[in-house]
Amino acid sequence: MAFQPVVLWTDALIYLLLVLTAVTVWHTRRHEHLITPWRRVARSRTAQIAMVVLSVYVIIGLLDTVHFHPKTGEDEQGKPIYSTEVLSLFDQLAGPLRTEREKTYSAPFATHMFSKSNIELPDGTTVRDFPRLKYGGAHLGDDVSGKGADIVVRGMRGAFEGALLWLLLLFALCRFRPQRLRDLLTGRSETPWHYAAWTLLIVLLLGGAVAELAAKYHILGTDKVGEDVFYQALKSIRTGLVIGTLTTLVMLPAALLLGIMAGYYRGWVDDVIQYLYTTLNSIPGVLLIAAAVLMMQIYMANNADSFNSVTERADLRLLFLCLILGVTSWTGLCRLLRAETLKLRELEYVQAARAFGVGNFIILVRHVLPNVMHIVLITIVLDFSGLVLAEAVLSYINIGVDPATNSWGNMINSARLELAREPVVWWSLLAAFAFMFTLVLAANLFSDVVRDAFDPRLRQQR
Amino acid sequence: MSAYIIRRLLYAIPILIGVNALTFVLFFVVNSPDDMARMHLGDKRVTDEAILAWKQEYGYDKPLLYNREGQGTEAFTETILFEKSIRLFVFDFGRSDSGRDIGFDISQRMWPSLAIAVPTLLVGLAVNITFALLLAFFRASYLDFWGVVICVAMMSVSGLFYIIGGQFLVGKLLSLVPISGYDTGMSALKFMILPVIVGVIGGIGSGTRWYRTLFLEEINRDYVRSARAKGLSEHLVLFRHVLRNALIPILTGVVVVLPLLFIGSLLVESFFGIPGLGSYTIDAINRQDFAIVRAMVFLGAVLYIIGLLLTDISYTIADPRVRLD
Repeated sequence: MAFQPVVLWTDALIYLLLVLTAVTVWHTRRHEHLITPWRRVARSRTAQIAMVVLSVYVIIGLLDTVHFHPKTGEDEQGKPIYSTEVLSLFDQLAGPLRTEREKTYSAPFATHMFSKSNIELPDGTTVRDFPRLKYGGAHLGDDVSGKGADIVVRGMRGAFEGALLWLLLLFALCRFRPQRLRDLLTGRSETPWHYAAWTLLIVLLLGGAVAELAAKYHILGTDKVGEDVFYQALKSIRTGLVIGTLTTLVMLPAALLLGIMAGYYRGWVDDVIQYLYTTLNSIPGVLLIAAAVLMMQIYMANNADSFNSVTERADLRLLFLCLILGVTSWTGLCRLLRAETLKLRELEYVQAARAFGVGNFIILVRHVLPNVMHIVLITIVLDFSGLVLAEAVLSYINIGVDPATNSWGNMINSARLELAREPVVWWSLLAAFAFMFTLVLAANLFSDVVRDAFDPRLRQQR
Repeated sequence: MSAYIIRRLLYAIPILIGVNALTFVLFFVVNSPDDMARMHLGDKRVTDEAILAWKQEYGYDKPLLYNREGQGTEAFTETILFEKSIRLFVFDFGRSDSGRDIGFDISQRMWPSLAIAVPTLLVGLAVNITFALLLAFFRASYLDFWGVVICVAMMSVSGLFYIIGGQFLVGKLLSLVPISGYDTGMSALKFMILPVIVGVIGGIGSGTRWYRTLFLEEINRDYVRSARAKGLSEHLVLFRHVLRNALIPILTGVVVVLPLLFIGSLLVESFFGIPGLGSYTIDAINRQDFAIVRAMVFLGAVLYIIGLLLTDISYTIADPRVRLD
């Protein structure tokens, strides 16, 4: 085999999340009353646009989740030797972005370094000038006067390829019938997907141009150690998504179980559970996270031998951060579930089930659980953007992800001091800002639509 | 009323015990004092004597829960649990790992925190309510729609960028105010302007949107329709009826954060170099000073519980329908 698969802890949980999502989708599709709110979501213009943007992020994040050790060679018996480095499918696709490292800072689209240094000329003399980048715009040779034209031509070509891909993709989706394609693009089909289709065009135009340009230039510059900022920003997507989704996933079982039990059984069970979440809730979140992460750092420092590689350690730290964020955030959901269950247990159908002698467990699973799921869903989508933002803040105060992990927080953290330079090194910040803003904005808009569609209280008002 | 307050205060005791137990487990059971000593001493000099000396110096050399060598009550008082955790209940925070008196530091550092946090809260409240009223007044118009869109966009920007952007724009490019730092007395004013502005702008998105929802909820009520039906003008309805009723949830939401103002904002204070409790905490985290972090966790919990109590009391004052007994 040309590679040896690696499944990190967060990878495994992401796969679990995918399976859960697939099961939910399959289950939803079979029940008309479950699809109805989703139809409402799909009909919203904002939700369609946000969905396309979010799927782009999710696809990149998923590609970055499939990890493996690449093969480096073979030993005498012909057995393959694998590198200790952990790569992902995304790294493989990004190819030159990952490997082409400059010496230090360079501006977006630059062909020369950002600061002057001594260059030794072939005749032995040294001059102080901006050194030529090794990879950025290398195809131009030493004469870089044609750079502007080259960027325009390449950008146009990429955009054209993107448009072509878009047309092909949609045509395939419409099973190659022109009439259907026309209906789709003008919004005359049953669910008007045309906003999504046009957004996809913009995304592909942009994506095509960016892909074409990123192959030859550092389109967002390079950072202090010469790594491509665009690559870093793309790699950070996975971290953001992991924090945003896995946190909710790991806290969900506890919140569901305790919230429903407190509301259903009342009495001392309720008292104990309420005490539990009031206590946890009364510690300000940042402080609890700080305390827990500090303790974890000590543990990791003292047990450094038990981790095989830097990647593994960084991954475990990411998982732990999700866990501790989950511990601080399950209380809100738990309280909502408790209140809802308190209401549900007095409703006629639950009373009737009890009168028939149905056991508590069956009542909980069959009658209560399905009727609180909309709260769970709303909480998941509403929490997502807040968690992505929290990651950046926590990484900034050094209690977030491992410094070796690519994350927007780490990018901001390392770029912050460079604002004091003259001239300013702004591109790392801009990249982190743009990627984070797009994701969080899309998530915010999407979650608003989902909440409006699923919250029965809001539905009545209209 | 007073019976209720006393009952609530008593109810706070088990919660504080819970918080204390949790921090004790986190700081002394998950990692033993030996681990902490090793962390502080670095990897090179980890002889047993060095660890012992470190523990002795900072008072971590006692048994965790029960001291077999102690006489009478000393069996319980000469332990880490008593020395480091139970003393927190009387706000005896002890000494930090760098040897300073934490209680004294806190009493010094809470004033700069308040100096930033209180104006931020007040100005933010005024700005958010004004914008929200404006959006509610022009509800279901283009102004309202784009106002909400801008709010959502502003919510989607990380607080870090507001701070960095503010520092860069106002502090560096325009050179209007110093980028960071703090001073005593009136000269602190010029250091306060930028953090307050940044704090207010950072909160506009979520605040305005939340208040707008509250206003719209009130606007759909029956009494508002009655007020309109008897011929009151729209802005009279808005200011006299809607605003006053919507103020109940707004004020109670504010009351719960009032005690936490002492702690200040971690981010703003550390970026702007304000010597408040927020930057105190961040410094402690970066220096891995566990005594300070432990003290702040406990203090934060106490303040939060006070906030909850104040919220309940303020309900009865703001809303005569609510009775506590």
